[in-house]
Amino acid sequence: MAHAHAHEGHDHDHHGPDKGIMRWIKTTNHKDLGTLYLCFAFIMFFIGGLMSLVIRAELFQPGLQFVDPEFFNSMTTMHALVMIFGGVMPAFTGLANWMVPMMIGAGDLALPRVNNWGFWILPFGFAMLLSTLFMPGGAPAGGWTMYPPLVLQTGNAFPMLIFAVHLLGISSITGAINVVVTILNMRAPGMTLLKMPLFVWTWLITAYLLIATMPVLAGAVTMLLTDKYFGTSFFTASGGGDPVLFQHIFWFFGHPEVYILILPAFGIVSTIIPTFARKPLFGYASMVYATASIGFLSFIVWAHHMFTVGMPLAAELFFMFSTMLIAVPTGVKVFNWVATMWRGSMTFETPMLFALGFVFLFTLGGFSGLMLAVTPVDFQYHDTYFVVAHFHYVLVPGAVFSIIAAIYYWIPKWTGRMYNEKLGKLHFWLSAIFINLTFFPQHFLGLAGMQRRVPDYNVMFTDFNVVSSIGAFAFFISQFIFIGNMLSCMFGKRDGKVPERVWEGAHGLEWTVASPAPYHTFEDPPLVGDNGEPVAAGQTAKAH
Amino acid sequence: MSAAIGPAETGRRKRRSVWELALLTVAMFGFGFAMVPLYNALCELTGLNGRDKGMQIVASVQEQPDLSREVTVQFLTVVNGGREWLFKPAVSEMKVHPGQLYTVSFTAENQLDQDVVGQAVPAVTPGKAAKHLKKTECFCFNQQPFKAREAKNMPVRFMLDPELPADVHTVTLSYTFFDVTELAQRSAKPNG
Ligand SMILES: [Cu+2]
Repeated sequence: MAHAHAHEGHDHDHHGPDKGIMRWIKTTNHKDLGTLYLCFAFIMFFIGGLMSLVIRAELFQPGLQFVDPEFFNSMTTMHALVMIFGGVMPAFTGLANWMVPMMIGAGDLALPRVNNWGFWILPFGFAMLLSTLFMPGGAPAGGWTMYPPLVLQTGNAFPMLIFAVHLLGISSITGAINVVVTILNMRAPGMTLLKMPLFVWTWLITAYLLIATMPVLAGAVTMLLTDKYFGTSFFTASGGGDPVLFQHIFWFFGHPEVYILILPAFGIVSTIIPTFARKPLFGYASMVYATASIGFLSFIVWAHHMFTVGMPLAAELFFMFSTMLIAVPTGVKVFNWVATMWRGSMTFETPMLFALGFVFLFTLGGFSGLMLAVTPVDFQYHDTYFVVAHFHYVLVPGAVFSIIAAIYYWIPKWTGRMYNEKLGKLHFWLSAIFINLTFFPQHFLGLAGMQRRVPDYNVMFTDFNVVSSIGAFAFFISQFIFIGNMLSCMFGKRDGKVPERVWEGAHGLEWTVASPAPYHTFEDPPLVGDNGEPVAAGQTAKAH
Repeated sequence: MSAAIGPAETGRRKRRSVWELALLTVAMFGFGFAMVPLYNALCELTGLNGRDKGMQIVASVQEQPDLSREVTVQFLTVVNGGREWLFKPAVSEMKVHPGQLYTVSFTAENQLDQDVVGQAVPAVTPGKAAKHLKKTECFCFNQQPFKAREAKNMPVRFMLDPELPADVHTVTLSYTFFDVTELAQRSAKPNG
């Protein structure tokens, strides 16, 4: 089908990929950029993972073994920044690049050049951030939340940190604008809003959250910059400012940010479970409304991160109840996933295993979140390992498992090669076991009073820390199975053809094009029928 | 291809969306900064963080002592960042009648061999008492220059107004002393 367009003049959209490195630097193709985003995210996961191993090695025993406390704090700070802004967010953007146009029957994203630009900002931003590790004074060590006045004591790394955050913010905002414009204006005829796959819906709402909150973060760090170098006193108490104000501004961004990190995961899981349960998603409309309500509620709960700063009772109560309210739409989602599986003909291929692991372990992380939402209890848990366990449960077996599930699910479509199912299952079971070994004991450590961001601890915490460190190292090593499996999908021998509809229970436009997906898909938009697939077969490929 | 919307119309709609979203981005960047005055206004309104009118000097107050009521006022001093300073109140607490003016004096001593500019930042607990604590005189309204090893006696003249909520029996007035020498130099010479 691509041949028909191959020599059709100089319209840039109609060429195949360039050869060599310039293809990747100059590309405006959503599939190429999706691949770049995913590879970049993968490198960042690796670097951030190494940092977490430094942390776990130091915490293997009480006392100071390997690194000095300042460097330890750099590791916790950088691990968070790298994993959030370099790992999870670019991975989701990569998935959106690949899948959103294919799922709504568009030829590409709305702003292909902006897309290229948005991606290539990232390596520069992170080169800047990571270079601080080699600067005199070391990398930022005041925590990824950058609270003043501590963060203002950062040495030469300070302006690098601020500008890196600016660059990452610009990148995410351009990516988000691109996704919104595409979804609102480029859906194929018949693809009404309430027929869109849930991955598209969750990304639409995520993109709005990004556009609404990343600029606020940019403003907050700009104020930090002027406080340090230009004599302003936004957060300096001696000049009439208030450090607590920073926490309000930061978490006004920060709480929607945690939904930016999880809503696309909801979309992925809502796509995978129906496929392997061979039943349509239970309660599609309620999923959309639940996502929208979570998006809205995320703007009015931020101060649950700062119950201990000294707020009036009324505010503590308001933020406690509004936070607990979020459990309602989230519960609706979990219920719908379970109801989708009810009496389905389920099979347990690797993507399904990771999706089920997500449902189970994310819910666990949700429950500890609910505990933290209770103000008087939070006074006890604040800044302990209980909080660390909570957010790692929602981020690793939550967000990261969903990314892994998505890659297993769609990679046959991307590369035209099937991954090794045995290795995939092994990867799942090792990951699931070791992630629990890593983080489950941290609940107990936190409840017993072990503080986060401290390289040393009371000897009574030793046993659980040993278990946690062993889990962390084993989890990291297990991921090499994944790397091997993915590399063989990308570069291995092609034995046997992968059908268009890779999974028999899969539905949606992306399964009506060839595997591997051609460089250009849906240049002529298909007419989408009630089932979300082309009415007339043969627009771009033969369906069914 | 649906007949309703041509490529030109799609292009026009895309541009419109881009502009709307860009505008939202700029607006939210502005909102981040707008949170500063909003927060300060909210603090003054509610006494959040013990910040409010008590921060400002009151030119004159009407004394109407309510002798039937007695409230304990505690004084707390903190020196920020462990600087070499001595800073303490003459009395750690006193019993006062709402509606009557009192004076308490604080001693500050610069124990360094160099000149330092200090600034005390007040806070009142509980927050709802903050707006009922009126000060006619306080060292906290200005930056205080200290010569090397200089000691100063600094008075605070204050009154709790009679509208102080009835369930408040203890009010804590805390001062944190900051070294603002750098900040003072910066504002003294422009572009400094
Ligand atoms: Cu939150």
